Amino acid sequence: MLTPGRYFLSGNVATAEAALLAGCRFYAGYPITPSSELMEHMSGRIENEGGVFIQTEDEISAIAAVIGAAMTGTKSMTATSGPGFSLMQENLGYAAMTETPIVIVDVMRGGPSTGQVTVVAQGDVLQARFGSHGDYETIVLAPNSVQELFDLTIKAFNLSIMFRNPVILLSDAELAHMTEKITVPEKIDLVGFNDIEIEGIPKFTPLGIGGKLAITGLTHNEKGYPITTDVQVHRKLVTRIVNKITKNEPIISDVEIINPEADTLIVSYGISSRAAYPVIKKHKDVGLFRPRTLWPFPESKFKEITKNKRIIVVEMNLRGYGLEVERVGRKYGAKDFEYINLIGGEVPKPYQIEEVL
Amino acid sequence: MEFFEFYRKDRWPHQFCPGCGLGTIMNTMYKAFNDLKMDINKTVFVSGIGCTGRVPGYINADSVHTTHGRALAFATGIKLARPDLNVIVISGDGDLFAIGGNHIIHAARRNIDIKVIAVNNATYGLTGGQLAPTTPYNMITTTSPYGNREYPFALADLVAAAGANYVARWTTAHPNQLVNSLKQAFTTRGFSFVEVVSQCPVNFGRRNKMGDPVFHLRWIKEHAIPISKVSFDVKTPYEILDLNTKGIYIIGELVRRNRPVYGEALSEEEEESVPME
Repeated sequence: MLTPGRYFLSGNVATAEAALLAGCRFYAGYPITPSSELMEHMSGRIENEGGVFIQTEDEISAIAAVIGAAMTGTKSMTATSGPGFSLMQENLGYAAMTETPIVIVDVMRGGPSTGQVTVVAQGDVLQARFGSHGDYETIVLAPNSVQELFDLTIKAFNLSIMFRNPVILLSDAELAHMTEKITVPEKIDLVGFNDIEIEGIPKFTPLGIGGKLAITGLTHNEKGYPITTDVQVHRKLVTRIVNKITKNEPIISDVEIINPEADTLIVSYGISSRAAYPVIKKHKDVGLFRPRTLWPFPESKFKEITKNKRIIVVEMNLRGYGLEVERVGRKYGAKDFEYINLIGGEVPKPYQIEEVL
Repeated sequence: MEFFEFYRKDRWPHQFCPGCGLGTIMNTMYKAFNDLKMDINKTVFVSGIGCTGRVPGYINADSVHTTHGRALAFATGIKLARPDLNVIVISGDGDLFAIGGNHIIHAARRNIDIKVIAVNNATYGLTGGQLAPTTPYNMITTTSPYGNREYPFALADLVAAAGANYVARWTTAHPNQLVNSLKQAFTTRGFSFVEVVSQCPVNFGRRNKMGDPVFHLRWIKEHAIPISKVSFDVKTPYEILDLNTKGIYIIGELVRRNRPVYGEALSEEEEESVPME
């Protein structure tokens, strides 16, 4: 495992190494560009740490195997890209319903369908939150550098275990293949199963210790027995699994804010947000709101700085995170909204933001 | 172990229809498990969706009722993360071979140490008796009202070809043989597969002049030929397919072998037997 110090790593490799440091000991995946290097690196490394690697027959079985392994109390993850992430959606809902902590890395590429295989996009931002059917919540993290890929991968494991919920790390083709300097810290804080008690989250019992667990994706009561036609049972269960995330949004939220007093606020995340820094440096009246946790929407942080602001949303899709930014922004008195939506694989450049200032 | 130590009494009565073959299968499972004195605390039962998918929920052990067709994929994760556990998958023909067809051939190909009981009632019972990949030719279902025009899968033969260590086919009309076969499956290292041809009088039999469970069971018994009575020249895959099309089931042990098991270290002898460049 990486010892504390400085390294020069690509995004995919940094993600894999961070997962190992976070205690990930089960990896199942299916090759897909631009996430394959992560899987290749994992296949050579995880067994040295006493873990298990399997290349499954498709992404559906990858996430299913990851959920199965996670149910035994093993920290587990998979990585994929858009088409594979679409295939995973049903079982993502299953993980939410059965409150199984898993980590999914979605290395975004251009969609829809097979789309642009090798180039960057941010088109999965809404899918990561709303992709499966029914009411559920996911925690979605959006790093904007290789260092953050490393940090947020560890955070993803911690959050998934704290909240017994799937956590999605939104990497992208650019970050995944970019090589940058990172620092592995001296001390890495890890959360273990049942370390932290949070209201509305039942204790985790793994399979195979005589717990006689009854696990089902059907609506179930506290014992895990299916009860599918009782209004109250369903309401209680689903409200709880949604509230455990939404009510704890202030604890989960992690944002970067620069110049909160400025009249104009750039809202951006992931690789797109890197175009904002030179703009802010040059124009003192421009600020930045950059969520590292995209979902749940960091409303508690956003509402404090949004009043009377002109907001510029910069992202690499046509209609994405801006929808939620506008909804919450209007609620808290934002004045005006501008959108820079770039698709095709072009990362936003500072001058493109300056043009709309 | 008493019957109600193996099954959760607080979930009784179960939801299966009168005359359903799952009663026989649950009894034989209990018998095999009890005879072998397997540790219920070290066993995980996994299923997909369907009537059979509900069986693990009644067992007083760790049970995982997964999404439609994916039982084997979940079981693979459980087994690899905890190789010391017995992982038993029990699911239906539609779940394992239609929506989950890819997973079962790959699990058999890997020869991973998972035990599978595939209950083949030739239809989708839970959703009201639709056409399954196992429905015999010309049979009536709610989605083939003029008779099935597709050829059915020969489940056990498919799994045998894919590479399992133990493959057998029995029916609910052969409970004693089924118990012995399950015991063999549970104790064989590697991928073990037992197909159980079962009756569904309510949603399949009723539309095919077998609404009475006794009629349906008799039909199954009449259409089951022991493998010892099958002449050598009908053991080719083509001939098996032909028999299967007519709704004839070859019963008995199809495969018992000792291929290396996925995830287990190979002995020197086995290492040598694997062809290498």
